[in-house]
Amino acid sequence: MNILRIQIARLSSKMSEPIKTKINECLSRELSPIKLEVVNESYMHGVPKNSETHFKVLVVSEKFTGLSLIQRHRIVNNYLKEELKTEFPHALSIVAKNPTEYDGEYKLEPSPNCRGGFGK
Amino acid sequence: MSFLINNITRQIVRNHRQLLIQCSQFATDGKIIEEMTKKNKVVVFMKGNPEAPKCGFSNAVVQIFRMHGVDFEAHDVLADEELRQGIKDFSSWPTIPQVFINGEFVGGCDILLQMHKDGQLIDTLWKNAGIKSALAEDETEGSKDDEKSK
Repeated sequence: MNILRIQIARLSSKMSEPIKTKINECLSRELSPIKLEVVNESYMHGVPKNSETHFKVLVVSEKFTGLSLIQRHRIVNNYLKEELKTEFPHALSIVAKNPTEYDGEYKLEPSPNCRGGFGK
Repeated sequence: MSFLINNITRQIVRNHRQLLIQCSQFATDGKIIEEMTKKNKVVVFMKGNPEAPKCGFSNAVVQIFRMHGVDFEAHDVLADEELRQGIKDFSSWPTIPQVFINGEFVGGCDILLQMHKDGQLIDTLWKNAGIKSALAEDETEGSKDDEKSK
């Protein structure tokens, strides 16, 4: 039952959230993460409903081992820039860990409140 | 013929470059941005200004530096479209805010927040810029300073 629910959710997100789907697919493919979470936080900002402008991602991958935070972020940014090109989101918050830094309990915290600067 | 065209194109590019260099207010020029990043020990490119940040991520950066009692120079990219693109090109970083310590690009909000949480920011401020963070004394008490800063 749960599996069915997940599959339906995946299918519907693929249709309604194409950019989120692309981010998921791209990072899964390139970084073989043991944990990947992509959150569309656009609803927190002054944008139309169902927008895909603000994202937050948690990626846990062996490929980050030995790399600085900047290097990790650059890797994620570069893959997504290549994948999304002009669709690259307005805001992309990244938490990039390697498996030893990742504690299974870790939960992504919501991004700080918007202060109205979007689109200006 | 193609040689001629190439020559003319090169000349145009050269003139154009010269024009860009002459316009000192032209913020997209990498040299000008580099100077901006080095003008102060800590420089932040943000949306809005520290008194009224216009983005939650920019606000978080301001608050972190306030907690550490660090003065910084802020540039509002919303007030200057050339700068907004220019700084992204300069550091090959697609988002705002962007933080520079002693002229070196440190990262955006996520990285600064992480550095704040694990104590790295105190070290970086001290080692790279000779700035003693207001939270530095709490360091000896280990992870407690994280609680206090909240």
